[in-house]
Amino acid sequence: MALDLKPTRSETMFLNMGPSHPAMHGIVRILLELDGETVVNSDVEIGFLHRAFEKMAEQGGYWQVVPYTDRLNYVSPLINNFGYASAVEKLFGIDITERTKYIRVIMSEISRVADHLTCVGATAMEMGAFTVFLYMIKAREYLYELVEDVTGARVTVSYARVGGVKSDLPEGFKEKTLKALKETRKVLKEVNGLITRNRIFVDRMKGIGVISKEDALAYGITGPFLRSTGVDYDVRKDQSYYVYDRFDFDVPVGEKGDNYDRYLLRMEEMEQSMRIIEQGLEQIPAGEINVDMDGRVIPAAEMVDEAKMGHTSGLVQLEVEADPTLEGTSERFYGNIHACSKKLAVPPKEDTYGNIEGLMNHFKIVMDGHGVKPPKGEAYFPVEGANGELGFYVVSDGTGTPYRVRVRPPCFTIMSALSKMIQGGTLADIIPTFGSVNMIGGELDR
Amino acid sequence: MPIVLEKIKEKFGAAVLDTHSFRGDDTALISRDKIVEAAKFLKEDPELDFNVLIDLTAVDCLNLDRPHRFEVVYHFYSIAKKHRARLKVPLTEEDPSVDTLTGLWPGANWFEREVWDMFGVKFNGHPNLQRILMYDEFQGHALRKDYPVRKRQPLVGPQN
Repeated sequence: MALDLKPTRSETMFLNMGPSHPAMHGIVRILLELDGETVVNSDVEIGFLHRAFEKMAEQGGYWQVVPYTDRLNYVSPLINNFGYASAVEKLFGIDITERTKYIRVIMSEISRVADHLTCVGATAMEMGAFTVFLYMIKAREYLYELVEDVTGARVTVSYARVGGVKSDLPEGFKEKTLKALKETRKVLKEVNGLITRNRIFVDRMKGIGVISKEDALAYGITGPFLRSTGVDYDVRKDQSYYVYDRFDFDVPVGEKGDNYDRYLLRMEEMEQSMRIIEQGLEQIPAGEINVDMDGRVIPAAEMVDEAKMGHTSGLVQLEVEADPTLEGTSERFYGNIHACSKKLAVPPKEDTYGNIEGLMNHFKIVMDGHGVKPPKGEAYFPVEGANGELGFYVVSDGTGTPYRVRVRPPCFTIMSALSKMIQGGTLADIIPTFGSVNMIGGELDR
Repeated sequence: MPIVLEKIKEKFGAAVLDTHSFRGDDTALISRDKIVEAAKFLKEDPELDFNVLIDLTAVDCLNLDRPHRFEVVYHFYSIAKKHRARLKVPLTEEDPSVDTLTGLWPGANWFEREVWDMFGVKFNGHPNLQRILMYDEFQGHALRKDYPVRKRQPLVGPQN
């Protein structure tokens, strides 16, 4: 007796991936059309983390945007800080001190390593290699400790100032950094042994999420993602800013443009970043506006007395102990501010509270109508963020408030090409591909 | 005058309304009916070779005392020549629309959606001109200067 078989149903299925899917990092929804396990079509929906960064930037002074830029990329906030500050400096037409440039380079590279560690660690974790994630977060912790030492915060750093940085590097920074780099290298070696030739990892990364060179350029993709396809474009090399042209480092380039190339590329970039940090620590000059360290710490009250007698010229250069009555603490919380011009950077808090010059300086900067006003015009300044070209486009109408601040987020263009990359692959391939995008919700949705 | 601006001026003549190189950023203001042609020229001219559309955004010029209301701003970069250029297109308040660049760079797709979302500038010929950062029921365009920063939106719930 012949079997009476019904023909198989062959319809596609719709599936929502995210926004509350653990591998979607919380805030992206991909609407998928599936044929079995194969992705036929997809639509990427973003905007779940929109916080009106660009609108808020138009409300206050130029200085008040810096804390918002921390929240753009919460894994490497320092690069965002510096990018914004540099765009405004370009608009003002000012240069920053040598030492500040070195500090910015060193801190940017520390952030880049931390960012890549997070990206590779999270990607590996999403494929089951939880050990790698734990190891890498351990290494990141050493770097975050450095960031904490320098800026006083781990994530919301607000370290950059227009015209400089908030404070100098702390004592013993060099030794601590070298130790942290040593630990990081150890972790990278371990991770390399764990996953680089791991069968499961390689099978899931190699040949997955491929994008061609032409497509990557057409979509405006930059950074490690573009370099994995074989295009040698790095803002640090091609349009060198700060002092990147003084360092000896390589820009690794991939061939195939798949997830595995991007993984190898990020691993190599971390090594190159660490080389930059080491060279930077060797080369960094003492600042001209730096503390003339004779180690004398004077209480604020004494400083005020001195100032009353007109002895103010050397005071800015000294470390000052904050009076308990001023901030409820006797601990020093500002070192010295690195800035090229008093007109542009807010003075240390001790100065503002401690003497009339500092108070006036502070007043002239923060008060509405007195603040520093850039000339009318516009400026675009790109830096190499951990994900690619991070550009700030600032328009000024000649007042103390930015007329328009636009950030060009590096992962925005990559996300717009995501549909193309996952098409034709299987559902499970979305996870490593999305992981290698290193999508950061803060800058994607702003 | 930088070579980029020189070539654009030579090619488009009267359609180039203004040029400047403030702080070294070469900028040309170009009328809107020529923008696709100009972008194509930048992309295909071997001497300019701008193969990447780095950024596309807009500025609301309401308080800037300019004859137009909006400027759509394009940033280009050339990987081979390592130079940059900025084109700007002025648009009036009555008809804020300009032709899309998605035919030349698919990356323009999301950028243009964002400009539509935030400024209400229409891109003719765009394949999918929908809001991208805001939700569909959002009223108004948030980055316009006449959109109050504290404006409240009506509550929208799930629709069955």
